[in-house]
Amino acid sequence: MNPCGGDLPGVLGDTMPFLCGGAWITVQATLGGMVLATALALAAGLAALSRRRAVRAVARVYLEFFRGTSVIVQMFWIFFALPVLTGYRVAPLFAGILALGLNLGAYGSEVVRGAVQAVPQAQREAAVALNLTPYQRMRYVILPQALVGMIPPLNNTYIELLKATSLVSAISVGDLIFESKALINTGSDRVTVMVLVMLFYLLLAAVITLCMRTLERRAARMVGRDVAAFRLRLKGGH
Amino acid sequence: MDWSWDRAWEIAPELFTRGLAVTLQATLGGAVLAFTLGLALALLLRSRRPWVRLPVRGFVEVVRSTPLLAQLFILYYVFPSTFGITMSALTTGIVGLGVHYATYTAEVYRSGIDGVPRGQWEAAVALNLPRFRTWTGVILPQAIRRVLPALGNYLIGIFKESPQLALITVVDVLGLARILAAEDFRYLEPLTLAGLFFLVIAIPSSILVRRLERRLEHG
Repeated sequence: MNPCGGDLPGVLGDTMPFLCGGAWITVQATLGGMVLATALALAAGLAALSRRRAVRAVARVYLEFFRGTSVIVQMFWIFFALPVLTGYRVAPLFAGILALGLNLGAYGSEVVRGAVQAVPQAQREAAVALNLTPYQRMRYVILPQALVGMIPPLNNTYIELLKATSLVSAISVGDLIFESKALINTGSDRVTVMVLVMLFYLLLAAVITLCMRTLERRAARMVGRDVAAFRLRLKGGH
Repeated sequence: MDWSWDRAWEIAPELFTRGLAVTLQATLGGAVLAFTLGLALALLLRSRRPWVRLPVRGFVEVVRSTPLLAQLFILYYVFPSTFGITMSALTTGIVGLGVHYATYTAEVYRSGIDGVPRGQWEAAVALNLPRFRTWTGVILPQAIRRVLPALGNYLIGIFKESPQLALITVVDVLGLARILAAEDFRYLEPLTLAGLFFLVIAIPSSILVRRLERRLEHG
């Protein structure tokens, strides 16, 4: 039986088609936000470690500005206020993804900075001794190792992003929350609707965590580390 | 550029008094609940009885992996009709913020309690302190001192997330900004002022917390 079909028995048949549609929008907002947030996090995280003061300052301003207010305030501003300044109206989902990416990218940049700084100094020195260019040092020595440490905290950032996508409902994007509100307003059973919505979010969060675990294992293998053994050693040593 | 200083000056006082009062109530109420309930959750999670520990663990995981907004909807739309519990929008918001952030502060307290050296526990046993006195007189004072900066960060976090309450009709800074914008369909000034307002409070506060962190590390 199609879990999103209208032929499901009772209240499920009435609500699941709408909630599945909403969940699909939530997935789109999450994926869009992830792509933007990851790109911004890498750029701002590396910029924060730059030798040039001006570059560091730009990263710092970006970080403080977007961490200083919440996604909802930024989303409202981008959707309602920015068009007044620029004359261009942005599509609601696009405005939502923009706010999510900019906000969570700021948090992610701290993760990237921390992970890059955690790569042992000897690795950098070895790369210099091998006469690698600064780009090669970053691309082939530092980043692959930093990536392994980045993934667990980035998993948290992505879960926060998934949760924050609920705010796009406030600028009339038809996500899970928007659909649940519409269903409640049209008289569907409130308990069923909200239980289903919570289950959808739990499922999506579980999928993100599962993907990130797989990614972590693969990234660790690429730099010749075994995550399971590494974790065991950390536990044993403590 | 379509910014009107006249409009900005006109709405600023109301936004900064009426809006601020509600935002601060929501923040402080939410924080008090989050900090006390969080401690209770942290202690329950250490219970030796699985029938206490596991349900609490499940509750914490569910609350942490679902959006605050969904939880606010449950409190606002489901609780009154299903359980007969009706609260004002602001109270609903305070409970929502408090419960949501309690699951985060529980983790903070846990790490603080784990960070208290073993010797302190052993000393308490050697002095024959009762269990309750061990917690209130020895372990918690040290654990809480250790996690003060982290709690400070969550206080700022609650402050920043409080505008979500506007979505369940609370007239806080953001809710008021939306009402003011709807008066003449000028969104730029109220929303910009609301954003600035959060920045002006959140950035200096996080600098203060960072200072506190450094002082606790060195002192």
